[in-house]
Amino acid sequence: MFSTLAPILLQATGETLYMVAVSLTIATAFGLPLGVLLATSGRGELFEALWFQRVFGPLVNATRSVPFIILAVAIIPFTRFVVGTSIGTSAAIVPLTVAAIPFIARIIEGAMREVDGGLIEAAQAMGARPVQVVTKVLLPEALPGIIHGLTLTAVTLIGYSAMVGAVGAGGLGDLGIRYGYQRFRPDVMAAVVITLIVVVQVVQSFGDYLARKADKRNI
Amino acid sequence: MIRLSNVQKTYAARRGSDEHVALRGINLDIAAGEIVGVIGRSGAGKSTLIRCINLLETPTSGSVTVDGTDVTTLSKRDLPLFRRQLGMVFQHFNLLSSRTVFDNIALPLELAGATKAEIAKAVDPLLPLVGLEDKRDRYPAELSGGQKQRVGIARALSSNPKVLLCDEVTSALDPETTRQILTLLKDINKRLGLTMVVITHEMAVVKALCDRVAVMDAGVIVEEGAVEGIFADPKHATTQSLLADEFMDFRAGSDANSTPKTNTTTSGTAAGQEG
Repeated sequence: MFSTLAPILLQATGETLYMVAVSLTIATAFGLPLGVLLATSGRGELFEALWFQRVFGPLVNATRSVPFIILAVAIIPFTRFVVGTSIGTSAAIVPLTVAAIPFIARIIEGAMREVDGGLIEAAQAMGARPVQVVTKVLLPEALPGIIHGLTLTAVTLIGYSAMVGAVGAGGLGDLGIRYGYQRFRPDVMAAVVITLIVVVQVVQSFGDYLARKADKRNI
Repeated sequence: MIRLSNVQKTYAARRGSDEHVALRGINLDIAAGEIVGVIGRSGAGKSTLIRCINLLETPTSGSVTVDGTDVTTLSKRDLPLFRRQLGMVFQHFNLLSSRTVFDNIALPLELAGATKAEIAKAVDPLLPLVGLEDKRDRYPAELSGGQKQRVGIARALSSNPKVLLCDEVTSALDPETTRQILTLLKDINKRLGLTMVVITHEMAVVKALCDRVAVMDAGVIVEEGAVEGIFADPKHATTQSLLADEFMDFRAGSDANSTPKTNTTTSGTAAGQEG
């Protein structure tokens, strides 16, 4: 039995990891600058731009308040426009990315706001330009928090990727639904659940390790 | 070197707070090479005053002249370049936890675009000056308060500034460490001929370090002069009460002295070690 199950389980795990890795990377590329600007555009801050707060604050909140499965279905036209189809692993990356961008932005914003304001003042007193305050002080000091946040995002995306399985995206969720649930195969369901647990454990442990390595506050 | 003329600073009213006048017409002249203390109680406006010198706070009116330039007219582009000529040391050190001692001291040079060789050339001699040769690759979390402040001082000196601004630099330190840091600052002033502005609420700091002192109360300088003169003949009530605190500290200190101290190090050397 194992010999027939192993290849499809392996393939499904690969699809899940592919969806999560690609959407996490793209979402970070968009979420990082968005988070930096959310953290620095308030009144009296480095890049004061209140319109930015007023536009993107609510937009981020709105995206985050839509349940993921609804979001995935609602943006199907957009997904079709970007990848040419709304079915399959690559198509699933679009809603995963869209959901992760505001999540990551808020995490980056939060981690940067945790940095002691005295450090910003000290950097300015040294003659740091606003961009240097971000690159030389805020981001390095916020790094442990950012790594923790990205780990959290990765784990959340693993969960979400199982949901897009329900709309035909492949991966572990798809395997669990089609084989485990619809074909009454509890062994497949158990294998899927165990694999998900192991994947999440590995991702979380790796993230914790990186965050610990970056954190020099308690030596 | 530094001249403040009729400097006023008003914080506009915001939701939840009324308009607040922090500085009401400050006039202060600081000569090159001089150590000037600014003393006052919490809320007297002394921190605002020192931040008006490097424009961390923009004066509402009046002018601030540093080395012949009216700095209040500097553009946003020129402001960072001007600030690189001033070093600032903080009460709570404000070191980057993610950087080693060496990299913290190197930060001002990095910001100015110095090469690795230039940075090493500037930072390496500063480590023995502040007595931290053996802590070069340590992180701030591994240092004592006094050692952190030594890093803060070295960092402020690394860009070779003309002026050192000290904002309550010993207020978070114990008395013994305070003495060592004050000795270090005095030593630096003698060796490098730096102009220093020292903000404090303790007369003992003024006595140990400063040539001249300005006493502040409610946004005004109420008394100003040579340190000996002010200590010998304090005219204003604020000065008298600050001196009275000092006397209390002295009394408390003499009581504390009756308990035997262990491992007393002389505070005379810049390389003195503390806890």
